[in-house]
Amino acid sequence: MTDIVLNIRDQFPILHQKVHGHPLIYFDNAATSQKPLKVINAISEYYLQGNSNIHRGAHYLSNQATEKYEKSREAVRRLINAESTEEIILTKGTTESINLVASCLSQFLFQPGDEILISGLEHHANIVPWQIAVEQKGALIKVIPILDSGELDLVAFKNLLSPKTKLLALSHISNALGTINPVEEMIALAKEKGALVLIDGAQSAPHMLVDVQALDCDFFCFSAHKIYGPTGIGVLYGKKAQLEKMPPYQSGGEMIKEVTFKGTTFNDLPYKFEAGTPNIAGGIGLLAAIEFMEEVGIDHIARREAELLAYATKKLKELEGIQFVGEAKEKAAVISFLVDGIHPSDLGSVLDKLGIAVRTGHHCAQPIMDRFEIPGTVRASFAVYNTENEIDMFIEGIEKVKKMFG
Amino acid sequence: MSIKEIQEEIIEEFAMFDDWMQKYDYLIELSKDIPLISEEYRLNQNLIKGCQSKVWLHSTAIDGKVIYTADSDAIITKGIAALLIRVLSEQKAKDILENEMYFIDAIGLKEHLSMTRSNGLVSMIKQMKFYALAFQAK
Repeated sequence: MTDIVLNIRDQFPILHQKVHGHPLIYFDNAATSQKPLKVINAISEYYLQGNSNIHRGAHYLSNQATEKYEKSREAVRRLINAESTEEIILTKGTTESINLVASCLSQFLFQPGDEILISGLEHHANIVPWQIAVEQKGALIKVIPILDSGELDLVAFKNLLSPKTKLLALSHISNALGTINPVEEMIALAKEKGALVLIDGAQSAPHMLVDVQALDCDFFCFSAHKIYGPTGIGVLYGKKAQLEKMPPYQSGGEMIKEVTFKGTTFNDLPYKFEAGTPNIAGGIGLLAAIEFMEEVGIDHIARREAELLAYATKKLKELEGIQFVGEAKEKAAVISFLVDGIHPSDLGSVLDKLGIAVRTGHHCAQPIMDRFEIPGTVRASFAVYNTENEIDMFIEGIEKVKKMFG
Repeated sequence: MSIKEIQEEIIEEFAMFDDWMQKYDYLIELSKDIPLISEEYRLNQNLIKGCQSKVWLHSTAIDGKVIYTADSDAIITKGIAALLIRVLSEQKAKDILENEMYFIDAIGLKEHLSMTRSNGLVSMIKQMKFYALAFQAK
């Protein structure tokens, strides 16, 4: 292992443990990444030394906590190159971010007969909120089909776009297959028809540089826990002009300017969408996570993950009876596959006993499994701290399973 | 044998194994001898849906005893289903309802019962008890 890999692994105490008597090999990073000491320490220091409610001003601790929380918002802005922190709403995570947009837009944007375009690669979190939104308004959902390669059918996409398309809701990277969608091109085409575009960046923010201004999407969502940060906090980026048009999502403290029993005026962006005491510790953990990514270098993370993906793909191809599900040309460090004659859950159960954590099942993307007519897949997803040696052990594990069930 | 006696017998069998691989090998063996659901009952309505694997379950009552048959598309799940059938099949409905399935925990398969995204075994036990309840009510 090179020094840089060792140094990075040293920052993740959780990786240095045994599971069922074997060294832990954590290949479930698309579900959640592990957290470096920097993040863990930031959260524990906050509770040990800094806990206080924010935006209430009157004392030292509150001012300190507010400053850090707002520093986190600025770090998010920097990470995705948004124009202003007014465009950065801190939410519970990607799911809440999408729900917020769906709920607010359904109140004024969608009319009967309007269409929302989603893709066949979406996570349930980018399907169900739209189903609920259209149900209330008599609008329709259209789905961009998937090709056998796991890539989106762009010809069909162009044909589906029309002046009726009010919104395109699209994942940047598929969580189940790892396909990187050509979002830039697709956003531009959708904009030509006057549609708004929401990008689900849950799987892209951890692995690549994202520039929301260059993408020109109207909304971009991601979760802290997949970028080495804590659970329970995430991001909704929205273009200021769009966020200003939207009504508040939830109401309570923080999001108001003035309350009387006759009526209430709402706070300015971004606070208009942040009702109640926020996840302050989460925000501080998110700040540390972004700093961690910047210190390691997002280009280094992307390069390292590409190496791991190439190595694992090559090794798996050397085995007999491996069926890859999704072989897009542009792919993130996710491999979804099946082994002939072995149910994914059996493979996952035995790998678990060998200390190897993978995800098995439908990955909260059942329509993809229906498309490929499979019950689910085994998914190995890599992060910057994984190693080639771990991939070798994983391959050995699969060989062992093949013998057991053969 | 009573439900309790069969559970004790299974716990004793599993005590012989030193590691997980041996337990899993044994479950694979057991899966081959499951009282298999007949094709006519292998229907969606008899499917117990878990997140990961499918389990089909059917039951009949003969002479006051409940007879179960099942199948699964995953082998380890099928092995565990075979164990559940060994414990509960051909028992009286009343006994099926009154007995706890403590052997699963005792042989270290508790994680297969995890309530969330596991393989439907919690639902399978529930369904077995539900059938027993239905027969008892008749």
